[in-house]
Amino acid sequence: MELRGTQILLESLQREGVDVLFGYPGGAIIDIYDEIPRHPEIRHILVRHEQAAVHAADGYARASGKVGVCLVTSGPGATNTVTGIATAYCDSIPLVVFTGQVPTKLIGNDAFQEVDIVGITRPCTKHNFLVKDVKNLAKVIREAFYLARSGRPGPVLVDLPKDVMLAATEFVWPDDISMRSYNPTYKPNLNQLRRSVDELVKAKNPVILAGGGVIMSNAAQQLTELSREFHIPVAATLMGLGAFPSNGDLWLGMVGMHGTYAANMAINHADLVIAVGARFDDRVTGRISAFASKARIVHIDIDPTSIRKNVEVDVPVVGDCAQALQGILDICRKRNENMDWEEKHSAWIQEIASWKKDKPLCYCKSEAIKPQHVVEVLYKLGKGEAIIATEVGQNQMWAAQFYTFTKPRTLLTSGGLGTMGYGFPAAIGAQMAFPDKLVIDIAGDGSIQMNIQELATAVYNKLPVKIIILNNMHLGMVRQWQELFFNHNYSSTNMEAQPDFVKLAEAYGAEGYRITEADKLEAVLATALASPNTAIVDVHVEREENVYPMVPAGAALDEMLLV
Amino acid sequence: MRHVLSVLVENEPGVLSRVAGLFSGRGFNIESLNVAPTLEAGVSHMTITTSGDEMIVEQIMKQLHKLVTVIKVVDFNELAAVEREMMLLKVQAEGAMRGEILRTVDIFRCKVVDVSPNEITIEATGNADKLQAIISLFQRFGIKEVARTGSVAMRRSMQAEV
Repeated sequence: MELRGTQILLESLQREGVDVLFGYPGGAIIDIYDEIPRHPEIRHILVRHEQAAVHAADGYARASGKVGVCLVTSGPGATNTVTGIATAYCDSIPLVVFTGQVPTKLIGNDAFQEVDIVGITRPCTKHNFLVKDVKNLAKVIREAFYLARSGRPGPVLVDLPKDVMLAATEFVWPDDISMRSYNPTYKPNLNQLRRSVDELVKAKNPVILAGGGVIMSNAAQQLTELSREFHIPVAATLMGLGAFPSNGDLWLGMVGMHGTYAANMAINHADLVIAVGARFDDRVTGRISAFASKARIVHIDIDPTSIRKNVEVDVPVVGDCAQALQGILDICRKRNENMDWEEKHSAWIQEIASWKKDKPLCYCKSEAIKPQHVVEVLYKLGKGEAIIATEVGQNQMWAAQFYTFTKPRTLLTSGGLGTMGYGFPAAIGAQMAFPDKLVIDIAGDGSIQMNIQELATAVYNKLPVKIIILNNMHLGMVRQWQELFFNHNYSSTNMEAQPDFVKLAEAYGAEGYRITEADKLEAVLATALASPNTAIVDVHVEREENVYPMVPAGAALDEMLLV
Repeated sequence: MRHVLSVLVENEPGVLSRVAGLFSGRGFNIESLNVAPTLEAGVSHMTITTSGDEMIVEQIMKQLHKLVTVIKVVDFNELAAVEREMMLLKVQAEGAMRGEILRTVDIFRCKVVDVSPNEITIEATGNADKLQAIISLFQRFGIKEVARTGSVAMRRSMQAEV
């Protein structure tokens, strides 16, 4: 039977197991929208801005591990997705973004709502396609999903010209898929694994540095076993939080610019760093020449380009993090039965314990509400079961530092690109994946205003997302830099001109709360979190609170500014 | 250090821009880039001349390989290879000069492909060093225009053992 392009698209999405589609209609995709109601198994969420469609699909993907999908129209609809796509690309999130396109015969003619979105997104997608013939449509969709989720995951864009979607052809869903030019390496080389274990056996001061790849490859279990059985301390990057229970003796905390004292000291005093699914971002390494300068480095990553990109590596291991960690575990267990690992690392673990004890994460108490305390209360009230999305800036760093992440896929944050406005739509996506979980967006008063229009989406779809604004009436992180490095010249970082967030919430049909006194904090937060509705809690916090520790740009990891 | 890379790609629209965009986006050098179809339908061959230290060239190779449309990447610096480039050179050629120009053409085994009363156009083939030498020699006559193809390269066949 012949199907039209629009029908092939929806059939293909169904075969890929898509249950949620985040989108926004428009002229170039009106025919696809005509088809959507005939597929009730796919729930379409109408966002209020295309950027939010991509972030929502991204939040859905991070929380669930499935591919996030969105659908937008040509021209401005397509360009509005670019920030979302770049965000997902930096953090290796599997997405398929469908964009409408003008009819093929008009492409290149500067038609109404035409842009070369394939050209625009080439550097920020894992791959992208322009479908020029309906006969290729099913195969391209199959490949797009395969590319998005396999290897190092990432966003894939599929551009759909209007005439292609109206043309008909026999629908053939490819049974399997093989692309001769694309073969990601999952199985790590056994020799390299043996060499990694050799390094581990020799090391006295080893540290595991867990990145987002551990979460992406569902390797948290193997990581935890490796650390606990062989007494290896673990630090995580921002993207790696949740990969290892962030409590206990072996947990060092987050590493990097706002990492813990213990984690940053440990990295720079280690004689072995085993980096797993981490890519040595500049926010992680500090001054690169001083990074882990005493250490041999084992680097496990599925993407060969991550290895030896920023730092020299002694033992590269290309492959899936879960398989590589399992391999290392197996070899360690077999080969060194008589070794007393606890004894071998005991001096090191004691040294770490003293760093943790001397310079823990802390903040000075005062009359005003402390943003760090708000995060701690959220953890307590949510019993650690919540999914936390963050915006970008101080709110993000306080969430990373003061929330105790114990499970993978519970932190949704724009790590690589640092996209303000990410958190709220991402929380919407996560709530779609887990309707019964508590989903909280820890926000700043600046960031939340970047995608606040999505309140309408959340309210209409009855999504009980909670937005907790750590409101310091500043663009806090930039203000902090201006305070520390620009002589208190607060240029354009004052945010006192802001809406009444309580009234704003109410205007959208959500609940609004405001907290200005510390003694009301817990009770009001508890009420808001327990509500079955979308809610904003506007918490007025200390206005000039800073995020510490801080490694100034260009300094070494162990050159931290402390509280 | 200069490296000549051979890159086999799926010949689809945009593949050249993916490769070129990779180089510009990541700040890698391109000295020359040359694309043409292979004998296999749908597959093209690129020869890219680039430069960088060992770590950069390793990144270039890996990043190229990461592109979904790239089938194979080979660095000819690691292999015995022949490398050639073709160049067209329009030289000022008047009166007594013409004899000497033609002698130089012979010495370098170039070809004259076009002649006018006051110009000669020469076709030259060779590796980068040879073409540079030719340019230097003809410079004193006055070079009016140069067009170069950029390098193409191919792995040498196995030699019989002695």
